[in-house]
Amino acid sequence: MTKQTERPEALAPPRSPVRKRWWQRRSAKGALYALPVAVFVAVFFIAPLFLVGRMSAADWQLLTGDQGINFPENYQSINDNPLFWPAVGFTLKYTGIVVAVLLALSLLMALLVQEKRRGVGFIRTAYFLPTTLGLASASLLFWGFYSPQIGPIDQILQALGLTDEPISWLGSPNMALFSTVVLIVWRFAGFFMIILLVGLQSIPGEVYEAARQDGANRWQAFVHITLPLLRPSLGLVLILSVTGSLLAFDQFFILTKGGPDNSTVTVVQLVYREAFQRFDLGAAAAVSVLILLALLILNIAQFRALRKAD
Amino acid sequence: MQRTNALGRTSYYVLAGGLAILFLVPLIWTGYASVAPQGATAQQDGFGFGNYQTLMDYNAGLPRYLWNSTLVSGLTVLFTLVLSMLGGYAFARFKFWGKDTLFLVTIAILMVPYSTLLIPLYIMLGDLGLRNSLLGLAMVLTLYQLPFAVFMMRISFEAIPKEIEESAMVDGCGSFRVLTRIMVFGVAPGLITVGLFSFLAAWNDFIAPLILISDAESAPLPLAIATLRQQSMGSIDFGATQAGVVVMALPCLILFVALQRHYVRGFMSGAIKG
Repeated sequence: MTKQTERPEALAPPRSPVRKRWWQRRSAKGALYALPVAVFVAVFFIAPLFLVGRMSAADWQLLTGDQGINFPENYQSINDNPLFWPAVGFTLKYTGIVVAVLLALSLLMALLVQEKRRGVGFIRTAYFLPTTLGLASASLLFWGFYSPQIGPIDQILQALGLTDEPISWLGSPNMALFSTVVLIVWRFAGFFMIILLVGLQSIPGEVYEAARQDGANRWQAFVHITLPLLRPSLGLVLILSVTGSLLAFDQFFILTKGGPDNSTVTVVQLVYREAFQRFDLGAAAAVSVLILLALLILNIAQFRALRKAD
Repeated sequence: MQRTNALGRTSYYVLAGGLAILFLVPLIWTGYASVAPQGATAQQDGFGFGNYQTLMDYNAGLPRYLWNSTLVSGLTVLFTLVLSMLGGYAFARFKFWGKDTLFLVTIAILMVPYSTLLIPLYIMLGDLGLRNSLLGLAMVLTLYQLPFAVFMMRISFEAIPKEIEESAMVDGCGSFRVLTRIMVFGVAPGLITVGLFSFLAAWNDFIAPLILISDAESAPLPLAIATLRQQSMGSIDFGATQAGVVVMALPCLILFVALQRHYVRGFMSGAIKG
């Protein structure tokens, strides 16, 4: 809490000690102001958390409802689901690629636009504009962009004589993954660029000046000054992009529909399929609980690692 | 020296400018594709708004979907602002039982995947009669705004000197009057940032309406446009889809231009926190 500020006696009328410390008592009033948040969080967050645990331990179908506890059947059946391990593998692979590309590109972009020069405002805005679109809108946009019917890429490549026939951007597992990564990088690079830009601008110019006088070149300054001082911002980008990619849904639901041949089904898509295509809410809840636990462990590990490094 | 500088400058603009063009191309293309003539769309000859006409006539009609999206976003902004203003005030200025726990639990919402909560919320909203309801959807969307919103409003209130409230209280104002008549102006920038981010999140959300809304009449725009693709007798209307993307993107672009400063404030607070 903030420290109490002393006021000059001349300005303030003499007050009793109780009045002076008004924000340190009145606990009932504070609780009253916090009550709406508390009720909301209890109803829409705590209660569903308990319910999802209960559902994951029950035979709970979409159409027939709760048929009683069957623990640990739902969890055992996860292992038998032929889509589960491929989905885990694909989600991890996708996360690795997206995070690496996003980190590198958004850092490059932040470095490109950090200094004031002619036209930099325009360039910065161009990088950031895709971020204003929703992920579902961006996915729908690229779904048309990649389509052989109205997509412009094939027309351009063919006009330049680089290809003879349309490229199937979503046709093979690798192309579908590549095309989705392009969409996600386009949509999010500007967002992470801003976070890194804020970090870059908090590094005082004197540090660079001192390094230059010590004879450091640009690359040395980047490796020994910029990167270490940028670590908190890089850590934030890392946590946000890892979490976001592990929970990927919209882009694959809209762009690839999990195809071709279920090669791009992510774990969150699996939850959706179990619940609303196979109508097994119990199984969906069990997978959800596993995702929650995995994410909790990962987040704790990431926080630990970042804190330790500090 | 002069020469290497010119070389450096040129390569900078080739690299940075080239990237900028790559980022702009899809945005420009969608606007173009929504009005350009294409086979198998409503816009066959010359440029025009045939694809937008398709959207107007599609199922419940574009006005209905626009209204659904506006209502959901408006309610989400309203709920988020009220909850985070009262909560932020409580966290910044008062001591009460369970304060630290409540704050931690609110921030912990961020740690729980959306999909994990949507399955039980689907059941709960059904029991409450709020499934297929835009009010229920807005409440779920509000939940995911709370961590950022409460954090943002807490630091906004903490930044205001206590003397301002003190003198008003000496004059006999109650704390609620102080909050609504005085403090609200001090935290206005925070409120705008919170409102902006919750509007954009609600306007663009896809998975929550996908799960909670099954009635085509109640679908917000992203859900309606995504379903539009699979309809119209099995043939896919690419033109109308891009017109839909433009309709969804325009309010976001306008808000970005109008409120650029408040965007960056949101990122700043995130960066400081990290």
